[in-house]
Amino acid sequence: MSSRTDWTAHIVLSIGVLLFVLPLWLVFSASTQDPAMIGRGELSFIPGSGIGVYWKVLTEGAPGVAPVWHLLMVSFGMAISIAIGKIVISVLSAYAIAFFRFPFRLVCFWTIFFTLMLPVEVRIIPTYSVMAGFGLINSFTGLTLPLIASATATLLFRQTFLAVPDELVEAARMDGAGPLRFLRDILLPVSGANIAALFVILFVYGWNQYLWPLLVATDSRLDTIVIGIVKMIGADTSVEWNRVMATAVLAMLPPVAVVLLMQTWFVKGLTEGDK
Amino acid sequence: MERRTIFGGWLLPAAFVLPQLLLTVFFFLWPAGEAIYGSLTRQDAFGLRTQFIGLENFVDLFEDPLYVESMWRTVYFCAAVSLLSMSVALLLAVFADREIAGRGFYRTMLIWPYAIAPAVAAVLWILLLHPQIGMVAHGLKAIGVVWDYKINGGQAMLVVILASAWKQVSYNFIFFLAGLQSIPRSVIEAARMDGARGWRRFRTIIFPLLAPTTFFLLVVNLVYSAFDTFGTIQALTHGGPGKSTETLVVKVYRDGVVNLDLGGSSAQSVVLMVGIVVLTVVQFRFLGKRDKT
Repeated sequence: MSSRTDWTAHIVLSIGVLLFVLPLWLVFSASTQDPAMIGRGELSFIPGSGIGVYWKVLTEGAPGVAPVWHLLMVSFGMAISIAIGKIVISVLSAYAIAFFRFPFRLVCFWTIFFTLMLPVEVRIIPTYSVMAGFGLINSFTGLTLPLIASATATLLFRQTFLAVPDELVEAARMDGAGPLRFLRDILLPVSGANIAALFVILFVYGWNQYLWPLLVATDSRLDTIVIGIVKMIGADTSVEWNRVMATAVLAMLPPVAVVLLMQTWFVKGLTEGDK
Repeated sequence: MERRTIFGGWLLPAAFVLPQLLLTVFFFLWPAGEAIYGSLTRQDAFGLRTQFIGLENFVDLFEDPLYVESMWRTVYFCAAVSLLSMSVALLLAVFADREIAGRGFYRTMLIWPYAIAPAVAAVLWILLLHPQIGMVAHGLKAIGVVWDYKINGGQAMLVVILASAWKQVSYNFIFFLAGLQSIPRSVIEAARMDGARGWRRFRTIIFPLLAPTTFFLLVVNLVYSAFDTFGTIQALTHGGPGKSTETLVVKVYRDGVVNLDLGGSSAQSVVLMVGIVVLTVVQFRFLGKRDKT
């Protein structure tokens, strides 16, 4: 440990932090200012007095966009369903693949693995037509279900499960634990940290979706908060910037809170899981 | 790697793997198959007859100057976003890895932007660069720069690159920092003994040891900038002005969803799929090799 302060490091890191914090502060500051003033280009770093805008967007929204509390509910529903759905489905399939021998086991594994290569963005049109065939357009199921399959999470859990020592499995069998009890009493507890990390990653993933909801939900009652913001800016005539910025702040709070609260698990899970 | 001790029976595992498999088949394989089928066929104007035409859609696609242009634009955009975002992240990670006071604080402050949605990142950049309301835009005008990314294509490209790269810095930072932390201190000590310091130590010892992380991140960043930036671009420029920020994904969306050209957009989807399959295979081969040595 050197006793001298490392000024270069402090300066570089402070600039880095400002690079992210300043725009955020500006968004907050803009949300409390007079929209006409912002429109004239008189944006200021000092917050105004219009903090009431948060109540207004929450209850009224903006022209052509549902009240923000409703957008938040849809986003919450979507993010939670995707996160929990993916975790449940991936734990189960990884368990089956790691601990059982059944016909077509490897076929199943590779089929799941293959989906790693097909993000929604590359299969826009065909996925839409398949969804339409199922009658899932403009439904909450259509919004969430297709995003629930996850190769990454399955691979991650498979790795964790393969690392469980054989002795532990043997001991559990000696004690007469069936496959279900083994999963519940042994595997789930040892995967706790992984599940927590994945929850953060998947919650953020679900919350931040844009293209998929844009395609599959044209009904404004299914608008997520991200969709709502882009709609607000899209109304190019007389955008009420303070409302847009207040909505942006509200859109960032939940995922940022989840990342900050679970930072240690999240960073560990992300860097150890993906490789 | 396989397990030795396993449970018997096949009904339970089949039931466990079924939900994942059904989702995969219905929402991944079926659409992918349909895209491939669509890309090899052509429907008549009334959608009554479907004719197999081989690779003609692809020939059309690659002979279309607009598509080729969009391809090069995407390559340029992805390279710029990846390079910018990764170099800023690496710089920050190198300094955040040093033993300094308050580094936990710095790390947290550099990690939270991971949570920002690409489309919301666009909103932040509007406040800085929007020709009418942007703070930086006013500064630029004050020193005589004619700034309006809603009209100037080059400036529009710059704006979407900045916003997309900015959003990805924290992801890269997390991985570079983890990579740096996994370099054994003894290696760095040895380098110090040999008298390698500062930039030379970084260039000859640390950067080569980070190569796997860098390569992994490069692939992730290319995929991110090609696909996940749709929201950013849509919120900032809608691919415009003209087509100056129309990347391949924006083009598929415009052609397929807005203009309803289904045959052409199926072929475009297949090209994107091939692209991402190649990237994934390259990544796995490389990382796989590294594990064996």
